[in-house]
This record gives sequence, structure tokens and C-alpha cells, in this order.
Amino acid sequence: MSAERNLLRSLDYSVLQQCMRCGLCLPSCPTYLETRRERNSPRGRISLMRAIADGELETTRTFAKEMDYCLGCLACTTACPAGVDYGTLFEAGRAQAEASGAASGPLRRMVRAFSLRFLLFRPWALHAAGRLLWLYGASGLRRLLRRSGLFSLLPRRLGELERQAIPIRRHFSDALIAPVERPRGAARHRVALLSGCIQDVAFSDVNRATVDVLLENGCEVATPRAQSCCGSLHAHNGDLEAARQLARRQLESIDPGRYDAIISNSAGCGSHLKRYGHLLAGDAELAGRAAAWSDKVRDISEWLVEIGFRRPLAPPTGPQHVAVTYHEACHLCHGQRITNQPREVLRAIPGIELRECPESTMCCGSAGVYSLTQPVTSGWLRDRKAGHIRSTGAAIVATANPGCQLLIQQGLTVGAGGNTQDRPRVVHPVVLLAEAYRAEKANRAVFRG
Amino acid sequence: MIDELTQILGQGQVLTGREDLIPYSFDGTAALKGLPRAVVFPKSAAEVAAVLKLAGRHKVPVVARGSGTGLSGGSVPTPGSIVLCLVRMDKLVELDARNFTLRAQAGVLTQAVYDAADAEGLFYPPDPGSMKISTIGGNVAENSGGLRGLKYGVTRDYVMGLEVVLADGEICLLGNKCVKDVAGYSLKDLFIGSEGTLGVVTEVLLKLLPKPAARQTLLATYALMDSAAETVSAIIAAKIVPCTLEFLDSRTIRCVEAYAKVGLPLDADALLLIEVDGHPSAVADDAARIRELCSRNGATSVRVAADAAEAERLATARRSAFSALARVKPTTILEDATVPRSELARMIRFIQGAALRHRLEIATFGHFGDGNLHPTFLTDERNPDEMHRVGLAMTEIFAEALALGGTITGEHGVGLAKKAFLKGQYGEAGYALLKRVKRALDPDNILNPGKILDL
Repeated sequence: MSAERNLLRSLDYSVLQQCMRCGLCLPSCPTYLETRRERNSPRGRISLMRAIADGELETTRTFAKEMDYCLGCLACTTACPAGVDYGTLFEAGRAQAEASGAASGPLRRMVRAFSLRFLLFRPWALHAAGRLLWLYGASGLRRLLRRSGLFSLLPRRLGELERQAIPIRRHFSDALIAPVERPRGAARHRVALLSGCIQDVAFSDVNRATVDVLLENGCEVATPRAQSCCGSLHAHNGDLEAARQLARRQLESIDPGRYDAIISNSAGCGSHLKRYGHLLAGDAELAGRAAAWSDKVRDISEWLVEIGFRRPLAPPTGPQHVAVTYHEACHLCHGQRITNQPREVLRAIPGIELRECPESTMCCGSAGVYSLTQPVTSGWLRDRKAGHIRSTGAAIVATANPGCQLLIQQGLTVGAGGNTQDRPRVVHPVVLLAEAYRAEKANRAVFRG
Repeated sequence: MIDELTQILGQGQVLTGREDLIPYSFDGTAALKGLPRAVVFPKSAAEVAAVLKLAGRHKVPVVARGSGTGLSGGSVPTPGSIVLCLVRMDKLVELDARNFTLRAQAGVLTQAVYDAADAEGLFYPPDPGSMKISTIGGNVAENSGGLRGLKYGVTRDYVMGLEVVLADGEICLLGNKCVKDVAGYSLKDLFIGSEGTLGVVTEVLLKLLPKPAARQTLLATYALMDSAAETVSAIIAAKIVPCTLEFLDSRTIRCVEAYAKVGLPLDADALLLIEVDGHPSAVADDAARIRELCSRNGATSVRVAADAAEAERLATARRSAFSALARVKPTTILEDATVPRSELARMIRFIQGAALRHRLEIATFGHFGDGNLHPTFLTDERNPDEMHRVGLAMTEIFAEALALGGTITGEHGVGLAKKAFLKGQYGEAGYALLKRVKRALDPDNILNPGKILDL
């Protein structure tokens, strides 16, 4: 084995050894629930990684496939009594599969090079692609092609891909948010906002709402221009080197020392951003800064609760009470152990009744690019999630991650036979809070008028 | 043989790839493993019987397994064996509310049994620590215990009937829904706790109880372990039978506090978690008397839960004990030496002495009410010198447990881990009887060979 292929062996062995094989992770694992096969469970995957580290198993194609089948939802880390750091093992396992070549085929290499090393590596490339996708939808070309039935001629995977194409916003974050925005009155906190990749092109409204809510709570918000991808997709997909490069780029463009907090509103990014300290621990130059960065990163709901956010006085949805249910993004509840704060935000909003959803902490099937790489399992999880959401009768689903938002929207549409009229609205909690603040201002204007 | 297995069970129900076998080469026991030849997933007793007949013809060992959470190596595969994994036999067959019984296939999860009963206002008391994933078949095979042993007993006390496949492939139905049944030997009892060495349990008929209407939780801390022990004696002497009477020793208390931050005094020598359940007025009365007894016997603090949420918080101290300990060192070995309740304080002191003598970290917690202790070794299996000392300390602890009239295992089973100590407990004649039973039921020694005892 070459040095490059020794990733699992060079890992701190005690991380592998920490798994005591008690099996308490099994009922939390979506893929184990699907197959009831040990290989498809966290305990099973760790045993395979340990076998590779011990030299009892080669890095086979089957192992690579197994690591691809894992969602990386980290539900097992919440269930684990022994505190196994499965996040690190998962990233090392996928990186091992990539580095050894076991996972690779020519098409896969091409897709990975295009997405991870080009699209998500250069902010301008993602913006350009976003712009093209937006035009494709806005110009009517998409509708025309769909009606033509041409898509039915595509291979199934490609057809699925077209169907899942991300709805792009006309305006990206930079057009909606000034580089620095100041609250009325004296600023009590200075924060930097990370605008994300998918969030930036598909949910720039969430970024705008985040800024509004921060301003309303006395924060001065800096939103650096043309931000890079945080590297979470790279780290989760076995490209740790690119992830490190992107982390360095972030650290060079944003100095954590200048802010009280670095705000993320996307669970997947936030979870990874908090691991920069770990990711760059071996970097002679940036290790210290990376650790300081990790200390400063906050999910928006976490930060709001920390600074004692102001309860809005008006309901965002008019005089009628609205039932809202909350889906916990994996990388918020398992990755960052944040479960109460988003609920506190929702409960603070007048006119909203929070209704808990069964299996609220189970993955919706989005999991980064999982819906593209594992459409069958992803679809099963998506439909299961949509069913649970419908069972609550809620008119609004709140969730704090763009991937979840997209897939749940899709699941609710598929479940309703394509009818988008009566399906619940899927929205980031912070958007509801921003709407409530806005409604409050409108009310005040009416009173004054 | 693999082809024949596939013929019996169908495609996808027989695994033979190395990546599939490695994850089945262990259970929840530290440092034990063995690679099987195949893992198979039967769906019915008939399929189990066919597999056993085939294995008998080929003289290949068969190791039955549920979710693989065992703590004595009972389901660690014999090298080259067929692992008979019963998790796909997961049908809850019947809940009979008129007779208070529940019939389930072996692969049904213990939690699912509890939930099904609970939904009908009924109660299945055994609650082993792994109940969220352990199977009811595995619980029967190991005769699992849990936190409610003092008042409610263990799995055996709830088994009314079994469907068992014998080594030669015959299918037997043992027991029924009758509370009174004295027809012949109680054969079902032979299979409960037999760890898959006498037959394969494929279906169970369980007894249920009415759900207790109320519950009350108390937490008491002590500066001296003996005060805690005296409290327990006083509670029992007052004719109160709590459903839970758990304790943590000083080492465990410090680990729990470091991990869960529940506000425990770090200088405490012992902690008791006590729960009473039953009729609301009886529960209130018992709780008040227990509180009084705790104070009178030297408790430094007593907290009584005001509501369910506080009860949950108090119980966290005990519930997170194992999690807190498991994080301290890479290898955690959970033992279950058990003594009569009256000898418990003495046994705990012995364990603490053994830890000092052998320069080991041993934290002890467990079930004070039924004398079932969990001395937990915090160690590293890659350190051969330390592992040697673990072995020495363990031998002394088991010898002391037996000297005090106890047992080498209260609820985990013998499996591989405690095989060497079994003869010491049974004596020559008893041990020979165990062997005779095994030989009579499994003459070719194909059912989980080498577990509990060597022939």
C-alpha cells in the first residue's frame, strides 16, 4: 500500500477503538432500517474500517460502495453511548475509498472533477451555472422541453436529475445584501454572515431574512462578497484536500478576530464550519486561526437564543393561528446538537402553534448529493418524511437547511400528485421570524397612519 | 452447502462476502471475534429447521443471533460457522388483552414488545439496557434482566411459552396461555438462558401485567457506601419493594458528573436512584417513607421528583452511567458479578480493593435491589500488561462473588467470556449435569459449540 492509501491506518486508532460494538446505533441508522444488514449500519461500517486499518481487509469496491451508501446523517453519533466520532471516521472512510481508486470509474471521476473541483471551487462558476439554470427555468425552455416529452427519452438517472434541478432565484445574495449593514441605534454585536452556495443561488431570500433578523437584534452584519464554498460537500465526499484548501481560503478572507460571531444559516455548512479547527489541526500556519474560527461559528438560531433575541409582537401569517411543524436537519440536531433553539425561535412567533412531527430527527434523504447518488434510498426516506409531515396537518414545515428544504418540497409535491396548491409551505425558521418583525412594523405604520 | 442454503432461503438471504461477514464477527463483548462462513436470514421456523438439518448433515456449527448486543460473547461466531440471524422474523403475532399475553417472533425488538403492550394499557417489565435494539428471542436466550429486577424479576418470569427448533430440525411448542400448567417437565425453562446451545427459539409467548398507574422517583447521595447499604436494608425491612433501586459508586459519580453535569456532589461515596410504582396513594406513601429512611440512614441529600420532567432529570444520573464510563478509555469491559443483596457493600469494597491492588480503573454501578453489580473496567485492549491485570482482578472478583454466595453472572450470560469460571460455581456434579443436558439435546455439538461450556 502506498502512503496515500493508508488514510484509515494513519487515523488515530483510538477513534476506531472507541466503538464498543454495543449496537445502540442500529435503530437510529436509516440504511440499517432499510436492509437490516450489519454492513449497512454504523457499527458494521466501523468494523470494516477497522479491518482495513488492521490489514485484514483490502479497500475493496464493495467497501467504497458501502461508504457511498452511508448518508453521513450522523444520527448514530447522537445514539452512541461511547461518543464515537463517526463524522471523522466517515470522512476518512470515504477519502480512503477515493484515494485507493476503489470507488472510481471514468464517469464518476469526470462528474466529481466538474462538481467538486470546478463548480463548487470557484464562486463565479457557481454563479454562472446558477444564472444559466435560472434562465432555463425563467425563459420557458424548461416547460417547453417537459411538455415535449423529450425527458422521457433520457436515461432514468438523468431524467431524475432534471426533475431535481434546483429552482434558482432571480437575485443572488450579493444583490440583496449590502457588504455591511448596520442596525438602527448602536450595534451591540458585530457578526459576519456566510452566504453559502446553494443557499446563495436558490434561497437568497433566507440570507436576506437572516440579515433582517440580525439587524432587528442589534447586530452589525458583514457579508463578504463572492464567498467560496465552505468545503463541506468536499469533506463529506472523500476530497479532504480540496476541503482544506477551501477552509484556508475562508480563513484568509474572513478574520474571525474581527467578529463576535460567524453566522451560518445552513445546517450542513455550519456543522462543517465548526470543524475547521479539526480539519486544519495539522496546518502549521493556520491551526490557531482555524480553532478561533470554530469557536466563533454559530447557527443563526443558536446565536439568536444566545443573545436573547426579541420576541416579535405580530403574527407573520395574519390573524389566524397556523400550525407549524419542525424538521430537524441532521447536521443541526446530530452534527451540531442544536435542537431546542430553532423551536425557541418558532415558539416566540405569535400566531404559530408548534406541532411535533414523528421521527423529526430522521434524515429526509437529502444528505448533500445523496438524492442524486442513491435515488432509491433517498426517495424512500423523502416519502417517509413527507408522510410524517402530512400526518401533523401542519400548514408550514420549518427546516434550517437548503438541501432538506428542496427535498421536502419535492416529497410533498410528489405525495400530492404534483399539486403544489395545497401542499405545506417549506420555510427556514428565520424567514418566519423576519416576516413577523415585518408584520409588526406594518402594524405600527397602520396605527400611526 | 452455500448453494443449498440459497435454495432453502432464497437469493439475498445468504451472505458470504468478506465485507458482509466481518460485521457479523462480533457482538457487544469487548475483544472477542470469530469469522463465520455464512450469515443467513430465515423467515420462519420451517426455514430454521431446514438450515439446522442441512448443518447437521454437513456437521457445520450454527450460531443463532438477534441484534448482536450480547455482553458475554454468546453470539460471537464459532470460526467457519453459519450465523443464523433472526432479525427478519419480526412479526408481532398477537396481543391477547383478555389473557394478558403477547405472542411474537424471535426477531421482534424488545422495545416493540414494550410499546405494543403499553398501547393497550399493559406492561412488559424486563428492560435490559439494549432494549431499543435487542430482540426478544435474544433476551430469552440470555434470560436478560434490567433495572426492574427487584420487584418484577427477569425475562424468565414473563415467558409462558416457546416455539423451539431442536438440533435435528424438529419444531417443538412448549407452554401455553395457562397461568397454571403442571403437565410434564417445564421444558421451556431449559431453553431460557441456554444461549443458543440447546435449540433455536423462533417464537415466544409472553406474560403481560397491567400498567402501574403511578410512579415516583427519588435520588439520594451518601458520604459513605455503608450508609447507602443500610438505607437499602431499611427500605426492605419496612416491607417496601421499589421497582428500581440503583446505585453508583464514587468513581462512577465523578465520571457521570464530568459527562452529564447533573449537579452531583463530587465527594459522594455512593448514590441511590429509587423508583416506586403502583397505585397513586400507595406510591405517595412509599415515597414519603423512603425519603424518611434515606435521611435517617445518613443520606447527605435526598431529592424527590416533583413531576415527570424532574424524574427524568434525576434518572439521568443513573441512565448516563455507562455512557459516561465508556468515554473514559478506549476499551470498556462491563461485568455483572452478583451477590445476595445483604453482601453488596462488602462486594463493592472488595472490587475497589482489587482495582487498587492491580492498578486498574474499575468503576462500579448497578442494581442494589437485586445485588446485581456492574464492575466496569476502563482499560485499553492494546495494552497486554494491563489486560493481564484485568484478567487477574476479574478472577479474584468472581471468586469473591462465589464466596459470598453469589453468581459469576447476573444477567449477561456465560458465553465465551465467563466459561472459565462456570465450574467454580457449579461444582463437579452440577457441571457434569450441564454437559449431560447439552449432549442429550445436541449430540453432534452443532448448536453454538464452545459457549457456556466445552464438552
